[in-house]
Amino acid sequence: MSVVGMTIVADGSPTRERSIGNRWLRLTRPVLGLLLPVLLAAAWEFIVRMGWASGRLAPPPSVIFAEFVELARTGDLQSNTLVTLARVAAGFALGVTTATIIGAAAGYSPMVRRLLDPSLQALRAIPSIAWVPLFVLWLGIFEASKVTLIAVGVFFPVYLGLMGAIQSVDRKLVEVGRAFRLSDVAMVWRILLPAVLPAYVISLRSGLGLGWMFVVAAEIMGASQGLGYLLVDGQQLGKPAEIVAAIVAFAILGKATDWLIALAAAPFLRWEDVVRQD
Amino acid sequence: MLSLERVSKIYPNGVHALGGVSLEVELGEIVAVIGGSGCGKSTLLRAISGLDPASEGAVVLDGERITAPHEKIGIIFQEPRLLPWLKVADNVGFGLGDRPKPERAQRVTAALARVGLADKAAVWPRELSGGQAQRVAIARALVPRPEVLLLDEPFSALDAFTRSDLQDHLLDLWTDAKPTLVLVTHDVDEAIVLADRVMVMCPRPGRIFDEIDVKLPRPRDRQSAAFDFVKRRVLVALDRSLNRPATTVDGETKATAGAALWW
Ligand SMILES: Nc1ncnc2c1ncn2[C@@H]1O[C@H](COP(=O)(O)OP(=O)(O)OP(=O)(O)O)[C@@H](O)[C@H]1O
Ligand SMILES: [Mg+2]
Repeated sequence: MSVVGMTIVADGSPTRERSIGNRWLRLTRPVLGLLLPVLLAAAWEFIVRMGWASGRLAPPPSVIFAEFVELARTGDLQSNTLVTLARVAAGFALGVTTATIIGAAAGYSPMVRRLLDPSLQALRAIPSIAWVPLFVLWLGIFEASKVTLIAVGVFFPVYLGLMGAIQSVDRKLVEVGRAFRLSDVAMVWRILLPAVLPAYVISLRSGLGLGWMFVVAAEIMGASQGLGYLLVDGQQLGKPAEIVAAIVAFAILGKATDWLIALAAAPFLRWEDVVRQD
Repeated sequence: MLSLERVSKIYPNGVHALGGVSLEVELGEIVAVIGGSGCGKSTLLRAISGLDPASEGAVVLDGERITAPHEKIGIIFQEPRLLPWLKVADNVGFGLGDRPKPERAQRVTAALARVGLADKAAVWPRELSGGQAQRVAIARALVPRPEVLLLDEPFSALDAFTRSDLQDHLLDLWTDAKPTLVLVTHDVDEAIVLADRVMVMCPRPGRIFDEIDVKLPRPRDRQSAAFDFVKRRVLVALDRSLNRPATTVDGETKATAGAALWW
């Protein structure tokens, strides 16, 4: 990307031309990333159309698209998406809230950290899916156990991220706050919070990723609704197109929610001195 | 008036960093503190600022004992330490949080103009050069109009040219409100260009070894013979403070040898 950018910048020396070049690049950059999947999909479509492969177990894009439309027409897509979204939202909210409170306390106070962190680290060593039978026994087979599992998945990256971020706040900047006699509240508000925010946002995003992972696990293991249920349903009824349609829906939702967090945080992180990655 | 009464500092790890420093600084006076590395200069400055109070003795400003950061005392560190998430103007106004907004804006604008960075108000700190960032830090420290300004090697991270530029600039700013300046430095020239008095410290534990008055009119010519004379005195005192025998009698070689030795 940078090579292309540099060539264009070098060619168009006037700034106007350069900005046009940049805009063109910005528009084409996502398109470049789409090139490979689109090519592969088109190739597969072509192969099935030509009758070189049956496409029964690996349906071509047109069949998946048709399945998508069909699911949307019957309303199955919307209702299952809503159920899954609600589970992720509830689990994410629960996980983030507890992780933020405990992570902040453990990052701020060495006492709390010594008290809680060893236990939490021990719990973290358990693969979260292992909790499922216990959660089902405790909370039943319905929403509560699923939401709890998602919350557990979300909890750890957010807890670790926030605690680590608070501990690694630049002591020199805290000292600036002290030199200007900030109160404890002002210190948190004006120094700690902004200093911690970039790492916190990253931890939220990885927490959300895990949330999506665990909703699939929870729904595969027992649900009568949700996109994960569509996966199981498609498997049991031998409908690969339904499975792939659900996978595509997961991909879109995962990416969209991640993008929403990034978008919401962007105005507060404009100061960051990092090389733009997109 | 700022006075230090037998200020001692023993760090929790047992290091005896200051062994009873006494010093009186008049309002508006500029005092430079110079000495070998590790002799307790930063410790002394942090004790005065209240960031890291003395373990024994007292720092008294206008009859008030300083044990915590005080509104009459500003400090400038070796690094600018600007808050990266605040625009330059908000950094400068950081110490004015309790003032009404219009007053704050007006004082910030004036201070930025005073350090020659009026056009950088809406810029992020990362977009500043090292010298510009340190000027913003100076503006930030001066905006609350401190009575005492402490500076810990404020220009040591800058190139020689920017450094002498900012030294002149600091003097210029000082004439506005004439705060008391206590300046820790490694640079003999800097000490003599700026200070009314140069305190030479010696290590283990940190004490004041010698005191040299600089009675030269300002602005001071770094090239003049009188400047050189004072410089030689400071360098000799420095060598003595570190128990180094004066190797050469010849003034010129002496000066450079001293500078090279203890830097
Ligand atoms: N936070 C600390 N804890 C323990 N010992 C310290 C601490 N800070 C400094 N010291 C010790 O105190 C002594 C004086 O340190 P100080 O930083 O005041 O020296 P300095 O004169 O400023 O040195 P330099 O010119 O290198 O900045 C040194 O021996 C140092 O190791
Ligand atoms: Mg120091």
